[in-house]
Amino acid sequence: MLKDITLGQYYPTNSVLHRLDPRLKLIVLFAIIVFIFISSNVFSLAFLILFIALFIIISKVPFKIYIRNIKSIVLIIALTTTLNAFYVDTGTVVLKFWNITITSGGIERAVFMTIRIILLILSSAMLTYTTTPTELTYAIESLLGPLKHLGLGNAVHTLAMMMTIALRFIPTLVEETEKIMNAQKSRGADLESGPLLKRIKSLLPILIPLLISSFRRAYDLAEAMECRCYSGGKGRQRMKQFKLGVRDYISIFIVILLIASILVINYLYSAGIIYLNVW
Amino acid sequence: MDNIIEVKNVSFEYDIESEKKPILKDFSVSFQRGSFTVILGRNGSGKSTLAKLLNGLNKPSSGKVFVDGMDTSLPEYEIEIKRRVGMVFQNPDNQLIATIVEEDVAFGPENLGFEPGEIRRRVDNALKAVDMYDYRRHAPHKLSGGQKQRVAIAGIIAMEPRCLVLDEPTAMLDPKGRQEVMQVIRRLNKEKNITIILITHYMDEAVNADRVIVMDGGKIVLDGPPKEVFSKPNIIKQSGLDLPQPTELIFQLKEAGFEFQDGIISVDECVNALKRALTQEV
Repeated sequence: MLKDITLGQYYPTNSVLHRLDPRLKLIVLFAIIVFIFISSNVFSLAFLILFIALFIIISKVPFKIYIRNIKSIVLIIALTTTLNAFYVDTGTVVLKFWNITITSGGIERAVFMTIRIILLILSSAMLTYTTTPTELTYAIESLLGPLKHLGLGNAVHTLAMMMTIALRFIPTLVEETEKIMNAQKSRGADLESGPLLKRIKSLLPILIPLLISSFRRAYDLAEAMECRCYSGGKGRQRMKQFKLGVRDYISIFIVILLIASILVINYLYSAGIIYLNVW
Repeated sequence: MDNIIEVKNVSFEYDIESEKKPILKDFSVSFQRGSFTVILGRNGSGKSTLAKLLNGLNKPSSGKVFVDGMDTSLPEYEIEIKRRVGMVFQNPDNQLIATIVEEDVAFGPENLGFEPGEIRRRVDNALKAVDMYDYRRHAPHKLSGGQKQRVAIAGIIAMEPRCLVLDEPTAMLDPKGRQEVMQVIRRLNKEKNITIILITHYMDEAVNADRVIVMDGGKIVLDGPPKEVFSKPNIIKQSGLDLPQPTELIFQLKEAGFEFQDGIISVDECVNALKRALTQEV
C-alpha cells in the first residue's frame, strides 16, 4: 500500500529530457501548468496533449509508469468530472431526469477538467521521472539564488538541504512504518477494523516508535554529515554544474514556439476564425 | 614508523541527567600509519566512545588527541581532521544523504569545496575502490545492506582520508554483505595504504589484523598481534568476548587434556594442527 508512493521516483533512461538543465525543466513545467489552465478551447488543448505525448515518448519512460500515477488519482478525477457535469448549466440540455439536468456546457467542462488534471499529473510526473531529486533541489536553490542578495543565502541552502534529506528518507521511513505496523499486528494490534476514532487511536502505537526512531536517525545522520566535513552552505561546491547547452537552447526555442502557438490558437478561436461544433 | 593518531591521557564522561558517567579514564593509545587495528569489546566497554574521540566528534574531558600532530580540541583543525580521519558507522541507512549513489559519494568533496572536475575524479575513484561504480546512478534505498555500506565507505574514501575508523560496520549486515565489506576494507588498507581502525564484535574479522586491542570497562585489557592476544583465552572470556571458532575448538581440546601449540587462530592452522594430531594417534 505504502510502496505505491511515486513521489520523487526518478526513472533513469538517459534520454534528452534527462540531460536537460533542471532549472529549465522546472520553469517549463510551471509554464506548461499555466498553459494547461489557459487553454480554454479544443484546439489549444489538443495541441498541448500532442506536445505532452511527444515529451512522454522522448522521455523513454514506459507509458505504464505514467499510468500508475493517474490510477492513484482516479477518484479525484471522477469527483471533479461529475461535479462539473452537474453544476454547469450552459448550453443545450442533453439529459434530464427528476431535477437533475446535464447540459452540453457541463459535459464540455467535465471533459476539459478531466483532460487538464491528467495533463497536470503527467507533466509533473515527467519532471520527477527525468530529474533526480538532488537536481531538483539544485534547481530550486539556484532559482531562489537572487534571495541570497537579500541576506537569505543561508536560508536558501538550508531549505534545499532539508528537501534533499526529506526526499532521501521517505522510502526509508515508509519501510520502517511497515515494519512497525507488522510488529504491532503480530502483537495483536487491530489496525484495520472498528470505527474511525478507534482506528485513529490505533495509529498511536505506530507513530510514537516511528517518531523516536526518526530522532535517532536524525542524530546519526547529523554525526555522519559532520564526519563528511559538512559545515553549511559556505564554501560548498557542486559536482554537477549546469550550463545551458545547445540542447537547452533548442528546448527553450520549442517551448516558446509552444507558448506562441497556444496564444495564437486561443486568439483565432475567440475571434471565431476556427471553431468546432459537436452539438 | 610514525603514528597517525595519538591519544594521550584522555578522560571522557557523558552527562546523563546531570550525572557524570565516566567512560574512559586516563586512556592512552596510538595508531601506526598504514596499520590495520581491530578493537574488540563488549557493549559499554568504551570502544565507540574511543572511535568518536579519534576524529574530534567527541572532545576529551581532559587529555589530548592528536591527528598528524593536530589537536582535535582546536576548532581551526576541525575540518582537516575530519577529512584525514574518515568515519563509517553501523547503520548504512543513516549515513547516506542523497538519493543517487554518486551524488551521495560527492557530498564530502562538495563540502570541502573542490573543483567540479576534481570531485568527479574522486567520486569515480572512490566508487571503483569499493566495486560500486556500476551502481553509480542507482537509488541507495534499493541496494542491499552490504552495497549500502560500501557506498557509505566510498563517501568517506572520496575525501581521500589517511585513516578510516569503522564502528561496527558489519553489525547490521548478512554474511554475504559482511564479506563484501571486509574485503573492501582489507583492500583499502593494502592497496591505498589507508590506516584502518576497525571496531567490531566479530572475532573472525580480527584474525587478519596487524594488531588487536581488547577493551573492557574503559580500559585496554589486551593489546598485540592477533596470535598473542588470542593465546590468552581466559582474559578474553573475562572481557565478555568469544574466541574465534578455531581458537575456541583448540582451547576446549586443551582443556580436555590434549596437547596443542599456542597461537592457532585461523581455520587453516586449526585444520593442520588437527591433521597432525589425528595422524599421530593412528
